[in-house]
Amino acid sequence: MKRTGAQLIWEVVTREGVDTVFGYPGGAILPAYDALVEYKNLHHVLTRHEQGASHAADGYARATGKVGVAVATSGPGATNLVTGIATANMDSSPIVCITGQVGSTVIGKDAFQECDITGITQPITKHNYLVTRAEDIVGVLREAFYVARSGRPGPVLVDITKDAQNQEVDFEWGDSPIRLPGYRPDLSALPEEYDRALKLLSEAKRPLFLAGQGIIMSGAEEELRKLAEAAHVPVALTLLGLGGLPTTHPANLGMMGMHGEAWVNTAIQEADLLIALGMRFDDRVTGDLATYAQNAKKIHVDIDPAEIDKNVKVDVGIVGDLRAVLTTFNERLKPQKRDAWSEYIEKSRGEAEQHDILKAAEPGGLYAAHVIDELRKLTGDNAIIVTDVGQHQMWEAQYYAHNQPRTLITSGGLGTMGFALPAAIGAKMGCPDKEVWVIAGDGGFQMTACELQTCAQENLDLNIIVINNGYLGMVRQWQEMFYDKRYSETPISSPDFVKLAEAHGLTGARVETLGDVPGAVAASQAHKGTSLTDFRVVAEDAVYPMVPTGKALDQMVRRPRKTPAIRQDT
Amino acid sequence: MLNPNEPIQRTAARRQLHTFVVYAEDKPGVLSRITSLFRRRAYNIDSLTAGHTDVPGVSRLTVVTESDDAEARLIEANLYKLVNVLRVEDLTHVSAMKRDLALIKVRCNADARPQVMQMIEVFRARIIDVAPESLVLEITGTGDKIDGLLEILQPFGIIEMVRTGGVAMTRGSEATTVHPHFVHALVPQTGN
Ligand SMILES: Cc1ncc(C[n+]2csc(CCOP(=O)(O)OP(=O)(O)O)c2C)c(N)n1
Ligand SMILES: [Mg+2]
Repeated sequence: MKRTGAQLIWEVVTREGVDTVFGYPGGAILPAYDALVEYKNLHHVLTRHEQGASHAADGYARATGKVGVAVATSGPGATNLVTGIATANMDSSPIVCITGQVGSTVIGKDAFQECDITGITQPITKHNYLVTRAEDIVGVLREAFYVARSGRPGPVLVDITKDAQNQEVDFEWGDSPIRLPGYRPDLSALPEEYDRALKLLSEAKRPLFLAGQGIIMSGAEEELRKLAEAAHVPVALTLLGLGGLPTTHPANLGMMGMHGEAWVNTAIQEADLLIALGMRFDDRVTGDLATYAQNAKKIHVDIDPAEIDKNVKVDVGIVGDLRAVLTTFNERLKPQKRDAWSEYIEKSRGEAEQHDILKAAEPGGLYAAHVIDELRKLTGDNAIIVTDVGQHQMWEAQYYAHNQPRTLITSGGLGTMGFALPAAIGAKMGCPDKEVWVIAGDGGFQMTACELQTCAQENLDLNIIVINNGYLGMVRQWQEMFYDKRYSETPISSPDFVKLAEAHGLTGARVETLGDVPGAVAASQAHKGTSLTDFRVVAEDAVYPMVPTGKALDQMVRRPRKTPAIRQDT
Repeated sequence: MLNPNEPIQRTAARRQLHTFVVYAEDKPGVLSRITSLFRRRAYNIDSLTAGHTDVPGVSRLTVVTESDDAEARLIEANLYKLVNVLRVEDLTHVSAMKRDLALIKVRCNADARPQVMQMIEVFRARIIDVAPESLVLEITGTGDKIDGLLEILQPFGIIEMVRTGGVAMTRGSEATTVHPHFVHALVPQTGN
């Protein structure tokens, strides 16, 4: 069977089980776009910027667990993908980016729209390839998909020259070998390691599980729940780990770290054993390393051996897929009771509630917490919330209740503003039957607001919440706390978001008072089609608690108790 | 090689030269992937050499870096994460021969020549070029030995010198690491 290189690209993509790709055409990728017309079962979403395509592929991957695909032309098309690739890389999201490249004979000659995209993306991809011959396309793309999704997942970029896309070659699916002799995605640990870990666990009086995104990526939610129950060990979650254990589960303490719950951070500092599961001790999670959990022995389970001992030196390191590791733990564990420890944590949880703005009798305005709390009440467990980066992101993590995996999609490691809307487009394409909500700040939303038109063209049913505080709020908060309230370049104006939505043929609404929140959230939910609601919230609110950088995890700045009266009804 | 099954060794955080032997697929960009890894993780490279092996398609690199044992383990683990890297061996704590080669052009007229020749004899260096005002010497040996020769040549005036950086091999009849033949890694079939 004769096929062009361009056709082979889509042969592989469709056989890999991909139904939707996100991209933007241009000169060097023209042959691929021409061939795309024949692949009727593959849906292409035309984003309005290639950054949107890479974020959408990422959102698709995070929502579905499948590999997301982004396509772009050479030069500026490829460089526009970069932010999305770096975002996916930091959060271990499996995406494959396919870029066109100038003809192989002019590579290195500064040809029109030539750009060394494999060089540029080398440090921010799991692996990348330059393909100059049609006969290599199938093998390389199959490798790309396999590398992207296996082991610790991550982005892979495949740069394909225009002549390779045009060449015709004989094609037989079985003839294209995958050769990855050096690739080891499937390491596992010896029984002795489990012995040491289980011994530490059985001796511990105040143990804690620290669960990260690895739980969700390996599908180990059930094993984690069983283990937490049998070992009677509370579970703290990272931002990307939210959804790994239902928020409603009694063992779930909530989020740890810089804006984690006070009782969680205190518990970490007082624990005598930390068992880290698929998380990487990011500095936003540990605070000052020299003072981090000094009384605790540490066990670290991760699929990536390079994570063990990277930031925090541990006593036992177990390398392996979490689901397999936790299954072994569950098989070998003798159930235990640790009532004193759980009671202690519950008590500090109760005390911390006094600082909660939702419990204030007269909050004195509309807070983001009110909006997110209402959203929590009105959405079922399966709704997917995609957040942008900033204060609203942290409030979402604190006030929404994620009871299912893959229901929070957010840029954790890179903290990429502008992520939410395009990632939500990807999530909705991947999960058309699920309700998808965007929560963005007024600043970040403006970074990729052009994708509103993508929603319109695709007739998507997205619900967009803009938490509008008139500031680059998170940066303003740092200026307030650490730079003497010198608000350098953080006040930000916005277009009329309602009119903006309408200009794109979508629906918009504005909410300025607490009383209007429930109605507005319900209206957005009921509306078929994309709707944007602009919530005008208190301008100078801050995210609490906050562990200032360089401080110990339990040295948190708490919400000042301006309004001591606590509502009794909730 | 990296063995996830081995308990992680706790050793003193003493910084010393670590010598890694790295086998990698001979593909475009592999060297740059390796140097880029050292750069972005802020590991220093003392020297790096690369060349072909007896297996077509496989390169062998020797990377010498100053680090403590914990960092060396992370360097090894990170090298393994590069898809094209086949095997990594840290030769720091095993019995191995380490060699460096240097060419040294030293200022030396006829009067000084006997004196220089006498000294380099001790170091088993060879003269490979003689000119009226200079000599070119070739020396192989450990880094320390070459440093020693350079020191005593310094007073004569070193015009130019080049060093290859270290290469290493274990002693005895065993290969330094399992022979990295190309194997077809087991990859699940997808599609139809
Ligand atoms: C692309 C990018 N640029 C800059 C930043 C730094 N930054 C982090 S949060 C933030 C403010 C975000 O403001 P907004 O979107 O209005 O959200 P808010 O914090 O007000 O909720 C900024 C500028 C970033 N994370 N990403
Ligand atoms: Mg804002």
